[in-house]
This record gives sequence, structure tokens and C-alpha cells, in this order.
Amino acid sequence: MSWFKKPNSGPKKGDGDRRNIPEGLWIKCDKCDAILFKEDLDRGFRVCSKCGFHFKIGHQKYLSILLDEGSFEERETELRTTDPLQFKEKQNYPDHIKNYQKRSGLTEAVITGKGAIDGRLVSVAIHDPSFIAGSMGSVVGEKIARAIRRSIELRCPLIIISTAGGARMQEGILSLMQMAKTAIWLTRLSEAKLPYISLLTNPTMAGVMASYASLGDFTLAEPGAMIGFTGPRVIEQTIRATLPEGFQTAEFFYERGFVDQVIPRPELKETISRILSYFPDQSMSPESAEEGV
Amino acid sequence: MSGLILDFEKPIYELERQIDEMRNFAVTENIGALNEEIQRLEKKLARLRENIYADLTRWQRVQIARHPDRPHTLDYIAGMMTDFVELHGDRAFGDDKAMVAGMAKLDGMPVMVIGHQKGSDTKENLMRNFGMAGPEGYRKALRIVKLAEKFEMPVLAFIDTPGAYPGAGAEERGQADAIARVIYEMGRLTVPIIVTVIGEGGSGGALGIGVGDRVLMMENAWYTTITPEACSTILWKDQEKAAARKTDCAEALRLTAADLLELGVIDGIVEEPLGGAHHDFSAANQALKTAISESFAEITSTPIDTLILERIDKFSNMGVYDVVPADPV
Ligand SMILES: [Zn+2]
Repeated sequence: MSWFKKPNSGPKKGDGDRRNIPEGLWIKCDKCDAILFKEDLDRGFRVCSKCGFHFKIGHQKYLSILLDEGSFEERETELRTTDPLQFKEKQNYPDHIKNYQKRSGLTEAVITGKGAIDGRLVSVAIHDPSFIAGSMGSVVGEKIARAIRRSIELRCPLIIISTAGGARMQEGILSLMQMAKTAIWLTRLSEAKLPYISLLTNPTMAGVMASYASLGDFTLAEPGAMIGFTGPRVIEQTIRATLPEGFQTAEFFYERGFVDQVIPRPELKETISRILSYFPDQSMSPESAEEGV
Repeated sequence: MSGLILDFEKPIYELERQIDEMRNFAVTENIGALNEEIQRLEKKLARLRENIYADLTRWQRVQIARHPDRPHTLDYIAGMMTDFVELHGDRAFGDDKAMVAGMAKLDGMPVMVIGHQKGSDTKENLMRNFGMAGPEGYRKALRIVKLAEKFEMPVLAFIDTPGAYPGAGAEERGQADAIARVIYEMGRLTVPIIVTVIGEGGSGGALGIGVGDRVLMMENAWYTTITPEACSTILWKDQEKAAARKTDCAEALRLTAADLLELGVIDGIVEEPLGGAHHDFSAANQALKTAISESFAEITSTPIDTLILERIDKFSNMGVYDVVPADPV
């Protein structure tokens, strides 16, 4: 047995892409090949100390990075995916869902709830890449819509951390309509004059990027994250050429004016907290807020 | 007109050709006795038409929706409206010919129209990118619906695209941003919006102009999150296998007007002439005009604030999921 392992084994509950989770003590950086001590990575932000590469992480890691310890309360745990199209091509959709539920320990691709950032109440929604690459079907759309509504009801800011290949084709038109559902609820959030911070992580593409992920009042992105509408392979087929290095990265869209700041993970909480400091805390106190919101 | 005959229509055209031949023969040879036989074949032809077109598969409807002779947005504008003033450009980068926009009068009522526009031949299709709009197209649409709001004109949107343009430039200029913003603004636009899927409704590129108070669909149009071909490629990887399975993917995606009505995504289906809108444009045009006018009549007396709340409700209700009892804490 070699003394370090390429990160390719063993899924771990809800903690990001399984390729990034090693069994050994050491892990090799996907970008610069540096050999990194796994414990250091896990204790920190899962960012390569040599080149700054951001490893994929799941919702739990984001919760621990972003929210005050112990402040998170999950909501919308009662929503379950069904099979409205009775989609059977290649694989039964319900079996597909069950597989991912087993592998990821999650019920769906986004986790929603409320918590605190430096004492400030926020409504949060975090995609988890370990569940069908974070893709959006009816449940994801509904959870995002309810997270937006929670912001309005509790009069608190909204934070959505996106990672998704796009809308999930096994729910056909219903997945597509989640783009409209979420965007239309964001018009209400705007009306209520509550801030929405959208964080784009690797990758945020297609239907998710062409709806709520693009509609933040403040748009932040993680270094190196792939962002866009059409996937690079499809673009290359269209233009019959190879795309240049760095095309569709966070930095690429930052240069073109679509991202406010590219924020390394260690600075994420501080940055978001600073943005929130510009908005008076008008959130409902826990006592006055309706139970269960 | 391309006159393209789709595979499943071939028996119809074959029988038509036989009847024509027989009729010519009967005339030139002056054989009256053939009349009876001709009549018999014509009845057979009518039955054949009914049989083939009454029970189209989903993939066959996709083919009809893509038929090169199918009427496009500008045809319907010319067919059902007057005094069209086309408006060009997004005021930022360029004019996207895959998205047309302008003012027109529907029975004298001023409306703003936006719609994807395909070409009717190869040359026009190249100019119009086969109806695949880029960010300039969506920003043009956004500019025009805001203009409609300012002058209190209702909006008519016509969807007909295989998808948003998947090029590098489109990406670089913010395809996702442009689509997201027009969806968002149409969600809160303070004038009535009536959307019709007239041909292809491919993915986010279609939904980009798809938020409205009433969403109609032509009988042979399709509308879903991905083309059957792309769906097949993702599932089956292997090119040959993917090509062979695209018809099954069309079935699996449940992308027809009847499917979408059942799934609660559209409000009505506009019946097409037998064989599709291109077989009788004037009938298709009249049917759509009637459906649009009826939709307007349904919402015309609703105060705009109520209409917007109903719009939010309408899209909030889209999606299917189960609710299970909450886990004990
Ligand atoms: Zn590195």
C-alpha cells in the first residue's frame, strides 16, 4: 500500500464530492500536486496551502465556516422527491434518488434553514455536491423558495451557496419551472428590501446560474469555481475549438463584471458579516417569530 | 417552403401520389370507370391521415415542432396583428436576430411582442442562429418588456427555440445573467403577459421569455428542460446509442402540450390543423389568435396587483413533491 492515497475512495455523509475524500493520511492537490496532510485540510478550510486550490466541500463544512457554532436549525426536512414523469430511461428515477440518499446521507441536493452570523439571524440555503451534483428538481426549487420566504417572514438576510450542474432532467419541465419559482420569490424579497448574498461555488451552471444564483444583490464567488450557462464541452462542440485556460472561472466572470468579489474561503464569513453590517438588523426576535418558520 | 416530408408521413404522400397518377391517367385516357376507385382511395387517404396524425408519438411531435415550414414568430405577428413596428438592439452590445421584438396592434389594441425567431431557409437560419438567442437577445427582450410596462401595453411572448445559444461569446457576455434577469423582471412586470410556445421550448433559453399570466402551447409544440438529443447523450454517453435512444428520451421527458397541461405547467392547448400548423397556416393563426384573445378576456378586468400575486401563485405551485411527517427531534 502506498503511503498516500489519491482521493478516490469512500463516500462520507454529506461532505462534498467523494473523490476529494481520502482514506489515507495524505492527499494530493488536484491542481498543483502538492502532498497535503489530510488532518490540516480538514481542520482548516480544505484549501491547498501551496496553491490556494479550493477542494469541494459539502454543506456541513459551509455551515461550520459561515454560521455561529450551534446556531443552525434545519428546516424543510419534510420534503421528498417523487417521480412525476415516471422517468425510466436508463435508470428508474426513484432508484437513482435512493442511491444518492444512501451514498450522501441527505434527502435532497440542498439544505435549508436559519442560523446566525456573528449574532445576526440569516436564512440560508446550501447546495451539496454529494447529491446528484447539487442539481435542481422540484424539491430543491421548493426549498429555495421557502428559504426566500423565510427571509421575508423573519425579516432577515438571505444567503444561498450554490453548486449545481443545473436543472435535473429526470423531472423535465418541472425542474425548469423551479427557475421561475425561485426568481419570482426573489422579486418579493426585493420588495421587502432585504439583502440577498449569492455565493457561487464550483461548479454553478445552467438552470441554477440562470436563476437565483445570478440574482444576488451581492454576488461572491470562490476562487477557481466554474460558473456559466453552457458547459465547456458543449461550447467546444459548438465553436469547434478548444476553450482557453480559465474560461468560465470565477476570475473570468469577475473580470467581465458579473461577480462583485472572488473570496477565498478563509475570508468568507468576515466578508459576508461586513456586508450584513450595512443593513440594520430588523429580524424578528425568536419569541415573536412564528414557531417553525 | 422546403416541403420536407417527415418519415412517418411518407405513407400519406405515397397514397396522394398514387391518387394523382390515377386521376391524370383517368383524364388523359378518358376512363370514367376509374372514378369509383379514386373515390375509394381518397377515403382511404382521409382515414390514413386521421390514423397517423391522431396518434403521434412524442418524438413525432418534436419533428413537427422543428419542421422548416412551420410558422414562426414573425408569421404570427403578420398573420394576427397590424402596424408592426420592429424594435432592435439591446442598447449595450448588439442586435440579436434570434429574438425579435416590437409594437403591434391586436384587433386595434397596442401590444408589445417578443419572440424567438428561426429562419425559413439556411441563409436566414445562419443570420438568426437557428432561433438560439444570446445575452443580447434576452437583454433586448428585457428592454422591450420594460417599455411595455412604462406605456401600459400588454406583452405577448412567443417561444420557439431549441435552447439559448451555446457559444463562447454568449457565455462571456453573461448568458446566464441575461436569462435570469428577464425571468425575474417578467415575474413582477406590471402589465399582463401572455406566453405561447409555438414550436420548440428548449430549456432556460425558452423560459427566458416564458413567465406570464397565461401560458399557452400549440398542440405540436414541445417544452422541457433539455432537448431529447442532449438528454440521450448525457444518459448514454456513446454516440450511436444516444442517437438510437433519443426517441425514448422524448417519451421519458413528457414534453408535449398534453403532458404539460397534465403537469400543471400550462393553461391551455391551441389545436393545430391536421398534420401541424404548416399544413394550414391561416387555420393555425386563427386558432392562436382566438386563444390569445380569450386569455386576455380572462384577465383584463383583474387589477394588476392581483394579477401579479396570481402570477406568483401560479409559478409557486409548479413542482411535485411529497411531504412526510417531520423527524422527531
Ligand atoms: Zn495546490
